[in-house]
Amino acid sequence: MINFQYVRANSIADAVNLIADDPAAKFVAGGTNLIDLMKMDVEQPTKLIDISRLALDKVEDTAEGGLRIGAMVRNSDLAYHPAVEARYPVLSSAIRAGASQQLRNMASTGGNLLQRTRCAYFYDIALPCNKRTPGSGCGALAGHNRMHAILGTSDACIAVFPSDMCVALALLEARVHVSGPNGARTIAFDAFHRLPGETPQRDNNLEPGEMIVAVELPSAGFASNYSYLKIRDRLSYAFALVSVGVGLEIADGRIKAARLALGGVAHKPWRDTRAEAALAGQAANEAVFRQAADIVLRDARGFGHNNFKIELARRAIIRALTQAANGTPQSQSNKKIA
Amino acid sequence: MAPYIGTAVSRVDGVAKVTGAAKYAAEFSAPGLLYASIVSATITKGRITRIDTSAALAVEGVLTVLTHENRPRMADKDEAYKDEVAPDGSPFRPLYDDKIKFNGQPIALVVAERSEIARFAASLVVVEYGAAAYVTDVFRRREAAVPVKAPANPSEALFAPPKPRGDADRALAAAAVRHEGEYYVPIEHHNPMELYAATAIVDPDGKLTVYDKTQGVQNIQHYLCGVFGLKSDDVKVMNPYMGGGFGSGLRPQFEVVLAVLAARALQRSVRVVLTRQQMYALGYRPAMIQRIALGANRDGTLDAISHDAITVTSQYEDFYRQETAWSGLLYTSANAKYAHRLAHLDLATSCDMRAPSAATAVYALEAAMDELAVALKLDPLELRLRCYSDRDQHEDRPYSSKALRECYRQGAEAFGWSRRNPEPRSMREGTDLVGWGMATGVWDAFQAPITVRIVLTANGHAEVACATSDIGTGTYTIMAQVAADMLGLPLDNISIKLGDSSLPQSPVEGGSWIAASVSNGIATTAARIRNELLRLAKQMPGSPLADVGSDDVALADGKLVSKRDSSRAVSIADAMRQGAVERIEQEETTNPAQDEKRAHNTHSAIFAEVKIDEQLGVIRVTRVVSAIAAGRILNTKTATSQILGGVVWGIGMALHEETQIDHTFGRIVNANIAEYHVPVHADIHDIKVIFVDEPDDSNPLGIKGLGEIGIVGVAAAVANAVYHATGKRVRDLPISLDKLLA
Ligand SMILES: Cc1cc2nc3c(=O)[nH]c(=O)nc-3n(C[C@H](O)[C@H](O)[C@H](O)COP(=O)(O)OP(=O)(O)OC[C@H]3O[C@@H](n4cnc5c(N)ncnc54)[C@H](O)[C@@H]3O)c2cc1C
Repeated sequence: MINFQYVRANSIADAVNLIADDPAAKFVAGGTNLIDLMKMDVEQPTKLIDISRLALDKVEDTAEGGLRIGAMVRNSDLAYHPAVEARYPVLSSAIRAGASQQLRNMASTGGNLLQRTRCAYFYDIALPCNKRTPGSGCGALAGHNRMHAILGTSDACIAVFPSDMCVALALLEARVHVSGPNGARTIAFDAFHRLPGETPQRDNNLEPGEMIVAVELPSAGFASNYSYLKIRDRLSYAFALVSVGVGLEIADGRIKAARLALGGVAHKPWRDTRAEAALAGQAANEAVFRQAADIVLRDARGFGHNNFKIELARRAIIRALTQAANGTPQSQSNKKIA
Repeated sequence: MAPYIGTAVSRVDGVAKVTGAAKYAAEFSAPGLLYASIVSATITKGRITRIDTSAALAVEGVLTVLTHENRPRMADKDEAYKDEVAPDGSPFRPLYDDKIKFNGQPIALVVAERSEIARFAASLVVVEYGAAAYVTDVFRRREAAVPVKAPANPSEALFAPPKPRGDADRALAAAAVRHEGEYYVPIEHHNPMELYAATAIVDPDGKLTVYDKTQGVQNIQHYLCGVFGLKSDDVKVMNPYMGGGFGSGLRPQFEVVLAVLAARALQRSVRVVLTRQQMYALGYRPAMIQRIALGANRDGTLDAISHDAITVTSQYEDFYRQETAWSGLLYTSANAKYAHRLAHLDLATSCDMRAPSAATAVYALEAAMDELAVALKLDPLELRLRCYSDRDQHEDRPYSSKALRECYRQGAEAFGWSRRNPEPRSMREGTDLVGWGMATGVWDAFQAPITVRIVLTANGHAEVACATSDIGTGTYTIMAQVAADMLGLPLDNISIKLGDSSLPQSPVEGGSWIAASVSNGIATTAARIRNELLRLAKQMPGSPLADVGSDDVALADGKLVSKRDSSRAVSIADAMRQGAVERIEQEETTNPAQDEKRAHNTHSAIFAEVKIDEQLGVIRVTRVVSAIAAGRILNTKTATSQILGGVVWGIGMALHEETQIDHTFGRIVNANIAEYHVPVHADIHDIKVIFVDEPDDSNPLGIKGLGEIGIVGVAAAVANAVYHATGKRVRDLPISLDKLLA
């Protein structure tokens, strides 16, 4: 861990100015990911700009019938917010599936979007990793890749973006509001995180010096038919092997609209609109769900230890769709799979 | 006054622990204390060709950077580094020379005014290596594994495979029903909550007081004297509390050498604390590849057992235990043979971890027994009963006590085993497959020589002192209970001193031998106190105990009382007043009775229920019953906690635990407790612990110890339940859900 300076930002403008002055600086929110990475010398900011006390901790209704979530809203506060529980239960459920209560109490909405991969090769500076040190190679390709991606990989990187919350945000078509040296802009969720390609060092499309100020949810919340199903190596406090977020609109036994996104399988929350389109207009039954799963996984590819994820994802998609269609979403308290 | 022994006394150190008054090795301080940070090797094998510390030294607040090039003198002979429980070989010497023997090996120590500065400066040390080829994968050393040979002198044969009996090969070939299988347990790390740490304090007179996380303060003290050529008066080692050891602290670890090196180099007090990642450069449970062959008669009796094990150690020491002996011991079988080979890998030396050898070997044996039961179409519990042995099969001698049959009976009843449908995949609950499995557990009942000092003061308080450790198991509490009963005093009048090398002799805290050793030790010394009190009481004019012999009095309610006539009594206060003594001090060594004619073991029967999502393979261990036969239970609360902990650990062994090594780089890739999985609350459901009655006269108090027995067999019971639920036999641990999907 290197020696670093610590400053507290007084306003969004102050934060943006502070970071513009110092390219080696970083924002710190809950610190649950950044501080770990600093201890491991993976991140070496010379200055931390603390944004945790900015007034970005509100959850507000929008004129369009959606919600605007401040970047500093803690994961716990968001998960148990009455409006989220009532109107966007899939988001509430996804957050509760992640990390531990203590971590969720600290973790922020903005920080959750920007958490980095848990790939062991990324975390250990003695090992090669193109994401950490471009050009050093990918240790995971021929190494321990049980947790790694099966979709959207590149020869440079097979790391997974580990967030649960973002799987729900992806299927809810959230938008990310950012503020930066060139002013404010909004990024569609699907365009926020990136696939690794030749530049795995870039996790997302945030520009240098930009700060997340809020995440906005449109009105559609799929509160009646949803599920967030997370499959992991122990029953809590483990990153997803595969997770599936589902939101359905069902009328007369038929699916009117479907949203489907996966976690633990790619460098970003993996939403598949083709599979969603294939579900729309269909009866809610297993054959239809299986078809959708086959579409999602048509290009899936394993790297040895993680080959099982393809079949696991298929079964998890079918199960999550079944749970959502039946109105029996996966509980995050009782770990029995519904 | 009711006896304390056998009751659920709460921990006497509980308040100190929850209020933070209990101090651990990294919490002791001294004026001008310095902080040190370890630089760890990033290659697996080779040499350091250059180590540049200039950037680290240039950081303000850094006092020194110790490396093999500038460290103070250390001993040059292996003998100096051999601790009380060292295996054969050449012990690792931190910062001794330029050789790298395992990845993560400490290679430099940065000492600074603050821990943050030390850690920062440590990241600036530049190291160049000459790398050599290495192997860290046991499967790549399988063929090259070296047989463990029985030494010429049988008294040194502690861990060599037992002598074979009969002709196992022939019996196996002729067996009506045979099962043969290979079972694998990966490397596991102890992961105690408390990080390894040492605080070496330079006292004003130049002597050293070293607070070290260890399971044996005298072992460390002796070791430091050897390594640094110190006189035993020059160094005292303390460890009053320990946040979990599980065997990882039986041998000296490198933090203590480094702290003392730095303290001697600077003549200042120094603290070294490992990071969680560095904890994975310590010892570990050796990976184990086992082939078990069982030959049975149609009636379900065993005729042959063959157990072939490969375990992992380093290139420089041969650590192993008697891994193969458990299978030949547990069940009646006329023929048995064993083979044990060591795979030398470029890793640190493996070491003891809770129920060393039994946790792994009994897993394999009990999974194999389950497979044999299937082959025989016999209930798994019924098979165990048909093979039940009342005699130690190795030595053909009786047990001092063995209530395993009662464990089976009470455990099965509490679990409801009789309602089990033997057919795999036959029990369902919605989308879950339900499986019931069982297994047997076995461990040794040891006792070791120990010395206990008791000082009784006229106000009716007693201080009990012994250099043993309480590694979190409850030793303070049981010592206080035993002393209170033996001295006839209230629990609150007893104070316990331990974890200090200057106290009377104790072995390291391991093998489940401390409860029996120290309790009987207290009883012996308490008897001496009683005799001394009786001598004084007899001198009282008209003493009611004048003609009472020492065997005919007891201490109770603060009085010496005749066992025959309770009206004849003298209070401790009166007796001491008579002798005009303020304190009575006695110190006595207690040796275990020589009882070679009988075997001494603890046993258990474990029953487990799993529910597994048929499609997704997600496993929940919904119920476990563990019935334990372990002699007299000193404290039902701390004993239950020990067994609960063992069961939880066994569930983790079955489903979660695995140290993952990237064999291309020789580095552990899950060296943290987010990625190294142990069970969390959600994984643990209903666990019931039963202690069956087991009177035993191996020692006066009838104690067998139970630190280890709780984990033995649990992994097998869970694995067998997984088979019963799914019809899939997973023979390599952990049973992660992907192994059930295929
Ligand atoms: C042991 C462990 C287990 C975990 N398990 C899970 C899990 O199962 N599922 C899961 O989803 N997550 C899990 N997490 C991750 C956790 O969700 C993240 O660490 C957390 O969401 C990060 O939020 P934070 O506010 O603490 O971010 P920080 O650590 O403060 O910051 C993370 C990054 O975001 C940047 N940043 C923060 N806020 C902003 C902003 N407003 N604008 C621009 N940049 C910003 C920081 O500069 C930094 O680079 C786990 C974490 C740990 C330590």
